[in-house]
Amino acid sequence: MSRAGFLPIVAAVVALACIPFLTNSNAVLNFLVTALLLTLAGQGWNVLGGYGGQYSFGHAAFFGTGAYVTAILQVRYGFNAWPAFGIGIVAGTAVGSVIGVLTFRSGLRGSYFALVTLAFAEVLRIIASVSPITGAGVGTLIKLDLGARALQFQSRAAFYWFVLALVAIALVITKLIEQSRFGAWLVAVRENEDAARALGVDATRVKLGAMTISAAMTAAAGCFYAQYFLFLDAAIAYGPWISVEALLAPIIGGAGTVFGPLLGALMVKTLGEAAKHVTGDVPGLDLVLYGVVLILVVGFAPRGVAGVIERCRAWLTPPAKLAREAAHD
Amino acid sequence: MHISILFPAIINGLLMGAIYALIALGLTLVYGVLHIINFAHGTLLTAALFAAFFLHKLFGIDPYLAVFILVPAFFVLGYGLQRFVIGPASHGNDANILLVTLGLAVVIENLLLYAFRADTRTIDVKYAFDVVSFAGMFLSVPRLAGFAGAVVVALLLWLLLTRTDTGKAIRAVAKEKLGAQLSGIDVAHIYAVTFGLGAACVAIAACLLIPTYYVNPNVGNAFVLIAFTTVVLGGMGSIPGALMGGLFVGVVESLSGLYLGESLGQIGIFVMFILVLLLRPSGLLGERA
Repeated sequence: MSRAGFLPIVAAVVALACIPFLTNSNAVLNFLVTALLLTLAGQGWNVLGGYGGQYSFGHAAFFGTGAYVTAILQVRYGFNAWPAFGIGIVAGTAVGSVIGVLTFRSGLRGSYFALVTLAFAEVLRIIASVSPITGAGVGTLIKLDLGARALQFQSRAAFYWFVLALVAIALVITKLIEQSRFGAWLVAVRENEDAARALGVDATRVKLGAMTISAAMTAAAGCFYAQYFLFLDAAIAYGPWISVEALLAPIIGGAGTVFGPLLGALMVKTLGEAAKHVTGDVPGLDLVLYGVVLILVVGFAPRGVAGVIERCRAWLTPPAKLAREAAHD
Repeated sequence: MHISILFPAIINGLLMGAIYALIALGLTLVYGVLHIINFAHGTLLTAALFAAFFLHKLFGIDPYLAVFILVPAFFVLGYGLQRFVIGPASHGNDANILLVTLGLAVVIENLLLYAFRADTRTIDVKYAFDVVSFAGMFLSVPRLAGFAGAVVVALLLWLLLTRTDTGKAIRAVAKEKLGAQLSGIDVAHIYAVTFGLGAACVAIAACLLIPTYYVNPNVGNAFVLIAFTTVVLGGMGSIPGALMGGLFVGVVESLSGLYLGESLGQIGIFVMFILVLLLRPSGLLGERA
């Protein structure tokens, strides 16, 4: 395991952590918080979809469960926000494992896996939209209670550092997976599941492990959403928007790369903001842009921004140096 | 539950199920030939419903007559989408096709949302509430027309596939793509024709649906999973299967609505979808390699 591999993560996190010292504009910090929130959700999708090749269309199931459990424990059962946050992640992870066991045991792959995950998310959305514990149509509102004890911060910067810390953990976990034997199995399953099985990889268990880690990351994003916005309803928590954005970020940034979701999330959110500037607050147009970008990326840059960067680098580097690098590897 | 409530619920389920079958026909055809799941199928339905709505509202064209405008229009649209967007952008990779059709779905749905806002619209035609009495029940005339329309379309589609050269080419491509190509069939063209036929089925379904239904930018989403459930139940790529599957799904939905209430009733479909896939996956994945 190479320690040098973690240097880019440290550099990126330190650079991002410095931003609040350069600006205290709430708009900038708010933008970065939502981008990092999406990075976290997208990193979850990336572990399963990018490295494992299992395309989920229903990551809202984990996001929403994390968010609702965090909120409901505080609002209805008087929990402190910190344990509620932790239990939220555990609950989202549990939902991920259950869906994983059911789908992977049945051998669902490809499109079927995508559709079943979508169906699970929709079932949860419908249940949340009618059951009293989630506040049904009214939604759930977390009481404003500023202070670190309640995991609510007056300053955006504190929220920003908190979500950045979560993203940093997710980046490190992803890097550890990438360098581990488990990661190699996961990529083998993505490339050719039958061949991987033939070589003795327990594909079902590997996918299940990836799904569990994936759900945990996306659930953490949901928990953070609840703490940051303090309001949830079924369409927010379990809505298709988060399933789409969670897959959009890694695919645009580069699925199956450590930094893909971060790059993609920044681009997706920049695009969304640009759309808002052009058209005002008309709903729909930002998502139209996302859809167009998704098609274009799949069509022209199947490995996302990370792939484009790599191709540019290869193109700019003199061939002799590349050959030397290849020899080193 | 008393038979006098149960029986009409089943009949109504069958009538709605015929529309599901029609939507599923398009999906199963595309799946059977291209071996792809067209995720944009539901949003094409939404677009067709909007088209039927505005043809009626702006030009006073009866939805049943709009079939003759929308079917060619949607055939061309579907043909173009496959030939110029999905085909080139996906590089023949299954996962990419899934993402591209998802992208298309997001684009179409949100363009409609952007253009027409989230409002729910209905049209009113004179015959919307016409009923006929049959065996002590009152059956909605437009729903009966929908049922008849679905059966006719299924029959036409079957004739097209079994009795025409294009149909033969479609079946050849479905069976063995490479072999078909070697015998001089333009595979990209046949793919696009099939996709166009799928879109045309959706256009017919929209025309039959709009007199008794409503349209808003999200309306197609509910139909996506219903159509997939239907297709999966009936066996991927099978036309009679899609018909039977559609009727069955309609009845299940109607009954779960009866027992669980309006909003929870939708769960019946999703739960059935999940159960079908979890419990009977072999039949679904068998022929895929």
